[in-house]
Amino acid sequence: MAEITTLHYLVVAAALFLTGVIGVLTRRNVIIILMSIELILNAVNLNLVAFSRLYNLHGQVFAIFIIADAAAEAAIALGILIAFFRNKETVNMDEVDLLKW
Amino acid sequence: MLETVLFLIFAAICVGGAINLLAQKHPISSALSLIVVMGSLAMVYLLLGAEFVAAVQIIIYAGAIMVLFVFVIMLLNAGEEERSATGSRVAMVLGVPGLLAAAVTTGWVLTRHGPASTPVVLGEFHGSAHAIGRLLFHEFLLPFEVTSVLILVAIMGAVVLARRGE
Amino acid sequence: MIPSGDYIRILPEIVLSIFGMLVMVIDPLLGENDDRKSIGVVSAIGALLALGATFIMAGHPGEAFYNILRVDDFAVFFHVVVILIALACILMSFEYLKVQEIRQGEYYGLILFGTVGMCLMSSAIELVMLFVAIEISSISTYILAGFRRRAAESAESSLKYFLLGSFATAFFLYGIALMYGATGSTNVDAIAAALRQGTPVMAYLAIALMMVGLGFKVAAAPFQVWTPDVYEGAPAPVVALMSTGPKAAAFAVLLRVLFGTAAPGWFWAVWIAAALSMTIGNFGALVQTNVKRMLAYSSIAHAGYLLVAFIAVRNMEQGVSAAMFYTAAYAAMNVGAFAVVSHFASAGEKYVSIEDYAGLGRRSPVLAAVLTVFLLSLIGIPITGGFFAKFYVFRAAVSSNLIWLTVIGLVNSAIGSYYYLRLLVMMYMKEPQSEESVPSVPFAAGFAMAGCVVATLYLGVFPNRVLQFAIESARTLVH
Repeated sequence: MAEITTLHYLVVAAALFLTGVIGVLTRRNVIIILMSIELILNAVNLNLVAFSRLYNLHGQVFAIFIIADAAAEAAIALGILIAFFRNKETVNMDEVDLLKW
Repeated sequence: MLETVLFLIFAAICVGGAINLLAQKHPISSALSLIVVMGSLAMVYLLLGAEFVAAVQIIIYAGAIMVLFVFVIMLLNAGEEERSATGSRVAMVLGVPGLLAAAVTTGWVLTRHGPASTPVVLGEFHGSAHAIGRLLFHEFLLPFEVTSVLILVAIMGAVVLARRGE
Repeated sequence: MIPSGDYIRILPEIVLSIFGMLVMVIDPLLGENDDRKSIGVVSAIGALLALGATFIMAGHPGEAFYNILRVDDFAVFFHVVVILIALACILMSFEYLKVQEIRQGEYYGLILFGTVGMCLMSSAIELVMLFVAIEISSISTYILAGFRRRAAESAESSLKYFLLGSFATAFFLYGIALMYGATGSTNVDAIAAALRQGTPVMAYLAIALMMVGLGFKVAAAPFQVWTPDVYEGAPAPVVALMSTGPKAAAFAVLLRVLFGTAAPGWFWAVWIAAALSMTIGNFGALVQTNVKRMLAYSSIAHAGYLLVAFIAVRNMEQGVSAAMFYTAAYAAMNVGAFAVVSHFASAGEKYVSIEDYAGLGRRSPVLAAVLTVFLLSLIGIPITGGFFAKFYVFRAAVSSNLIWLTVIGLVNSAIGSYYYLRLLVMMYMKEPQSEESVPSVPFAAGFAMAGCVVATLYLGVFPNRVLQFAIESARTLVH
């Protein structure tokens, strides 16, 4: 069986990245869009950790910062969605129409 | 041999979970697929020897962040999304070739990268909590401290936005 | 041990953080019905002290915290610009917050913390630090955009800004990850050294993705779609901040990343982005009826002019200094314009359509005169900062043989003058629609407006000192 190289990990990351981008561009549900963004962040982390093997540990440290930031963003997302929901009673982007999209 | 099998299993679960996330209609199903992605990614990190990142991935991502997501879904009682039929054809015409182009370009760029063809050997751990901790409190001390401002801003923001109107 | 000099190199950030926390402590100590202006005063003092700290910092150039950041003239320039912007926004918020009945404590805290992020963006040379700084500045502006809690548009503005902003950040991060893969480092200097050795293909993709991310942050076409909606829904003083502060800082990042890392192959990408931004911005602004939306499109156009300077670098100092000068001039005139808009908007931001400005010249001659200065500067009329900003950019473009781009830019400036003039005509030539008197400008907001007028005219009459400083800063950019 073929040997697994760093390249294989990078391909998995690229697949996650593309899936995330498709999700953001095609789904209308805000929560699913947010999860797609999380997918992209995970792809970034996988890239960093895979490259970190080739060079130094800085990639892994970077990944930890990204995880911390993802937590902060999730907290903000909660707040913004609640504020938004109170006004509009929906989480569908199609109904986000007060300001023309 | 073992690493090949393990990698293939977890990579497949990971990508499959991501695709399932998009295929599901209900946010809760998507959230569960995302947890699957996170979990299998942690295993992939372990294969790469990044034990600390793998642990953090489980604790913070699959734990804290996903709980937050599920909480939002429950709180807002978000149901299935209504898909609009309009625009989906435009998306097919423009999106599919665009996507293929992006995938081919990315794949081409990745294969052209020389260092990436080094084999990954299982059990060659680097990335222990000790080593990461040293980096965080030496070379990366300032970003680490400044992250506290980031978290503070996020907490303030969540409180301000979620508070009932006075 | 970290040498004490390192702490001086982040002194402005330390001062801003301390005052941010101070504001948060004072807020709950005040009674429910106390006047909360004191919080604003404290934050204004904080911004002033941070400005002072910047001058102390300027005396200690060099790297700090294990090469995480570098204090050089370039960083000092953007520190001053960003802190002044924050100060002006704090001053114009005193009255605004009271009129709109917005909670004050967290508002000022978020502005101060956001400024910490913007300052660090201009001095960071390590991509990890850069990323954390960008996130601080972005997250605080996402929240500030949603502060008009009674208005549904505000929540929507905040949501859109957040979704597109974090999508952009994700792209930026993917670019950073690939750059790390291509060069083995996340330090700007080390990346530059590696890229001078030879350029892996991956570096091109990395730069492209990073530029997508930063393109969103500076609202350059084709990533500008969020701008009008977000600016329309967000509170006016916040728009003053977010159309200038994070943007200036993001331009600083772009300059550092593109020139500091000796990044390859971005010439045509920036060329197209500049041409598109100018055209979309100006044509979009022509049809707007809302002043905030019009200024949003105008800000897209100005981002386009600024990007012209990025590729006008046959003589690098000339191009980079033109970009820096433009940032400063744009900040002065745009903050000023939004100061007038936020004062005039009144409770619930009622008066924001262009028709509402009819007869302002008669109803409030001073306010109209002040707005006139900013509009003339945005057009680029001589003796205002906007004139020299455009002049330096196009001079650099011509001497770099970017003839087509210069032509596109000049045609766009001509088109652009139409919608600014339309607002001027509305103010001076049309009969007022209501005889309701415009409330007189309170001291703090007046001070902010006066400061912006002085800055705009200063840059238009004595541009040399700032330009000289920018030229020297540009020299420190490449190592």
